[in-house]
Amino acid sequence: MDRSFVAKNPSVLVFLAILSLFTLGVTILSEGFGIGVISTSFVKTLGKTLCLCLIAVAMDLVWGFTGILSLGHFAFFGLGGYMIGMWLMYERTRLIVVDSLGQAEIPPTSAEVVDAIGIQIFGVVGSSEFPLIWAFSHSLTLQLILIVLVPGLLALIFGWLAFRSRVTGVYLSILTQAMTLALALYLFQNDSGLRGNNGLSGLQNLPGVTTSQDVVSIWFLWASALALGLGYMLVVWLVSGKFGSVIRGIRDNEARVRFLGYSVEVYKLAVFTLTACIAAIAGALYYPQAGIINPEEMAPIASIYLAVWVAIGGRGRLYGAVIGAAFVSLLSTWFTGGQAPDIPLGFYTIKWVDWWQVLLGVTFVLVTLFAPQGIGGLFDLWTDRRHPDRHGANLGPDDGALREKEAIE
Amino acid sequence: MVRLFLAGLAILCACLTANAQEADLQPILQEHQEIIAKSSRKTIKPAIDAIASSGLPQAQVMLETWAAKNMWMRKSDGLFFSGQKGEGRSYELTDFDTGEVVGTFEKTELKQLKPNSGIRAMIGTALVQFQLTDPDRARRQAALQSIQRDPEGELLDPLRASIDDEPDADLKAQKQRLERLLTIGYDTDTGARVAAIEEMSDDLGVDVRAALNPLVVTNRQAAATLPSDMNIAAVLQPDSDDLSRDAAYDLLVASDLVAPRVSADDIRAALAANIDRGRVEGVPVAQLSSAAARAQAYEALAEAGAVPALITEADIDAALAAHVFFDTYAEPSPDVTAAAAHALEQIELKVGLNQTLDLTLDAISLASIYFLAAIGLAITFGVMGVINMAHGEFIMMGAYTGYVVQQFIPNHTLSVIVAIPMAFAVTFAMGVAMERLVIRWLYARPLETLLATFGISIALQQLAKNIFGTQARPLTAPGWLDGAWVLNDVVSISYIRIAIFVLAMIFLGLFLYIMKRTRLGLEMRAVTQNPRMAGSMGINPGRVNMLTFGLGSGIAGIAGVAIGLFAKVTSDLGSDYIVQSFMTVVVGGVGNIWGALAGAGMIGFLQKGIEWMNPSNTLAAQTYIIIFIIIFIQFRPRGIIALKGRAAGD
Repeated sequence: MDRSFVAKNPSVLVFLAILSLFTLGVTILSEGFGIGVISTSFVKTLGKTLCLCLIAVAMDLVWGFTGILSLGHFAFFGLGGYMIGMWLMYERTRLIVVDSLGQAEIPPTSAEVVDAIGIQIFGVVGSSEFPLIWAFSHSLTLQLILIVLVPGLLALIFGWLAFRSRVTGVYLSILTQAMTLALALYLFQNDSGLRGNNGLSGLQNLPGVTTSQDVVSIWFLWASALALGLGYMLVVWLVSGKFGSVIRGIRDNEARVRFLGYSVEVYKLAVFTLTACIAAIAGALYYPQAGIINPEEMAPIASIYLAVWVAIGGRGRLYGAVIGAAFVSLLSTWFTGGQAPDIPLGFYTIKWVDWWQVLLGVTFVLVTLFAPQGIGGLFDLWTDRRHPDRHGANLGPDDGALREKEAIE
Repeated sequence: MVRLFLAGLAILCACLTANAQEADLQPILQEHQEIIAKSSRKTIKPAIDAIASSGLPQAQVMLETWAAKNMWMRKSDGLFFSGQKGEGRSYELTDFDTGEVVGTFEKTELKQLKPNSGIRAMIGTALVQFQLTDPDRARRQAALQSIQRDPEGELLDPLRASIDDEPDADLKAQKQRLERLLTIGYDTDTGARVAAIEEMSDDLGVDVRAALNPLVVTNRQAAATLPSDMNIAAVLQPDSDDLSRDAAYDLLVASDLVAPRVSADDIRAALAANIDRGRVEGVPVAQLSSAAARAQAYEALAEAGAVPALITEADIDAALAAHVFFDTYAEPSPDVTAAAAHALEQIELKVGLNQTLDLTLDAISLASIYFLAAIGLAITFGVMGVINMAHGEFIMMGAYTGYVVQQFIPNHTLSVIVAIPMAFAVTFAMGVAMERLVIRWLYARPLETLLATFGISIALQQLAKNIFGTQARPLTAPGWLDGAWVLNDVVSISYIRIAIFVLAMIFLGLFLYIMKRTRLGLEMRAVTQNPRMAGSMGINPGRVNMLTFGLGSGIAGIAGVAIGLFAKVTSDLGSDYIVQSFMTVVVGGVGNIWGALAGAGMIGFLQKGIEWMNPSNTLAAQTYIIIFIIIFIQFRPRGIIALKGRAAGD
């Protein structure tokens, strides 16, 4: 038990090394700091992918390790984006407004400045008043705290309600999906105070920063890589200790862990809330790179895609989640971006823009059926790790320790 | 030959009688010759009135001719004729009174009368009285409709006169009703109006409310003293709930009784206009960034007399105390307004009751849509415990099947009858294939079933997009389902919704029959309770699971046809219903068809109820529904109708 954290988890070193090399490589190849081989928009795509990897790590913790298939983590991701977006939009509009009012003969009062910002921001939804939820948008510090606080609180309340009444399995999945849908529908309304379906825009411009997007994109790449590295280490540390054993126990046999005297609900709630916070941080880094956030991003389908990435990458192993998110989201960008070459069949030309979703869906079914270990399972072949041959196939993390035949009997 | 002779005789007789009455139209026209020729909307009224009130039968023809721009004036003597275009630039003129052709004239000798739209509208009004007694029923009907559209006091007398001679009972009732409504609005006798209002005060018609509402419209005014010659609805106290302080003062400003307040913008503009070497009355411009400094500088300006003084709170108090505020009715008679207000109150109560009924019907209809969407799920998820995220796509496939069938069978009734079994067959086959290929490998892994079926769902959605395109496809309902069952002006429900309700009930019966009365249902229940035991009894669990899943999917396909009839058929049709369907099953209670019914009922009523409270915002309704469901699950985690005992499983 005296061995150091890294010695217990050698894969962390490998992961951090690859992440640093990747970040360094992109920096050298970028337009902002290097030789300009990689375009700024692609740097942004890579930065966004790192954020998606971070939320995939969170998803793996909550699904792969604790067995809660949450279909709502993209809601927390989006909320994080909204929280940082509020400050970015407020501050940038304030600078513009102060600048333009400064041209007038009489210097503006602070009330006039706030009114003008309100008109600028809420003009699109036919309002000019600041809703209550923008109360802290003038302060970066407060808004940064809110990034973690708001999704964390939402997860805490929702999780408390759900776990307290022992909602488990697919019911919980449907409930989380319903929560996401409710949140998205709420934000779609104009009177939600977050500009309805217009969302928040212009987030790529940092207020007061005049350097070009080439450089800013690299800053965000570094920040995303740092967040991913820290988040990964945190989660590895969590799952490698006693806490990790307990949550794996909950995944494999919740009742047994409860009878051993552990407060299952508290553990689940802790994991659910923590992963919501990680997702929110990922979102807060993602949306300034995307430039725009609207409620469409939080639709339930996004959260299901998150589960797809983690499943394809390989549940129950953190690097699997990272690989899955990076692989599928980059591939998706490539296919839907129209870069993939069409395949002419003579009578019909397969356009990948149209057929990518079909391919993804079918692949996903095949992975679920034939390779429950996902891409991460390939590493088992490489390290020559074999699973004991017990009765029938692996049931996957939800029914955990039991094998198929044992479960049916 | 004989006929011609008779016709000539008839004309002769007509002329003789006209002569006998010594009333020709032409003299009347000549009396107003100047203003008719001038054709100005402002001055034409006496001429039209004189023609309309002449009571001559030919007046109608003359007015119609005039409105159709076929009336011509002979320049030589100023007489008016009906003109018919002849050869070249000549016109054949016909006398209005005799109906005889007076001759053909060149266009240069004539002047065409071209009434503008305003005059034509006045002619139309004048014509109504003729049309009300027209022998053609359709024209009388049209006249009534025109009065309904555009009621006017002048039409009251001709309308009354026409009632007694009306042969058609239906039209007579319409005329009497219209007469009451016009009496309310335009009769000169207050007593008659009050009587008419009281008579109509138990009528739900929109037209009654439209007639009554203008009577109780009020106008908010302010004055130094309360006027005695106005019909005052209420005297208002400023700074109360009815009239805020600001609104009261604004009212005084609008009535030009006091000086307007100096707004923040005015102050800034005044300061900007009075900058003198970087200072305003000694205050440096740079310091004017606070409201207090601006007020100080402005007051200094006001003392110097450069700008109007600020209105202080004390000024406002004084102004409010010195004036009275009141609402007045536009209608001068207090009896009428009181009767109208009372009648409206009574009508509102009845309308409220009927709206509740209407809302209930709407809710039932919405509930049956949800039930229809969820019933297939109640089988696959509720009975088998298989979570099928592609359920919505089965609904979509059913709707597209209906669309494809309509491409081949143009008759809408027949095509829907064909589409229902077709949709069942297609989705049944699809469901069986899916169960055999994917789901049966995942029976013990529910979360993976969820994900795998989701994969199928996105693949199917994209396939539908690739095949049918992204635009909505029409699935047209048969003609006999168009329209609505109208109980009165408030309560109505479209036939298609009734049909969906009936369909939902049929499915409920069918489901119960299959589950309780057939061999398959028995086997299904046995397999879902204990597959091993069922297997020992000689049931093939694999086959039963396959058929059960196929049945659930097939019903989803039929639901798709029904939903496609009123919704647009698009590739994401199904995903609009999937969450609601799961909610319906979960809220109602898994494993029980009555649960799905109760769940659908609850969600339908709840959604309509919330929409009623906030009608402009259906998004909010859906949000609150979901929040309600999340909370509801806290108290009844197993749904409204929970299975008890062994059947409840874990």
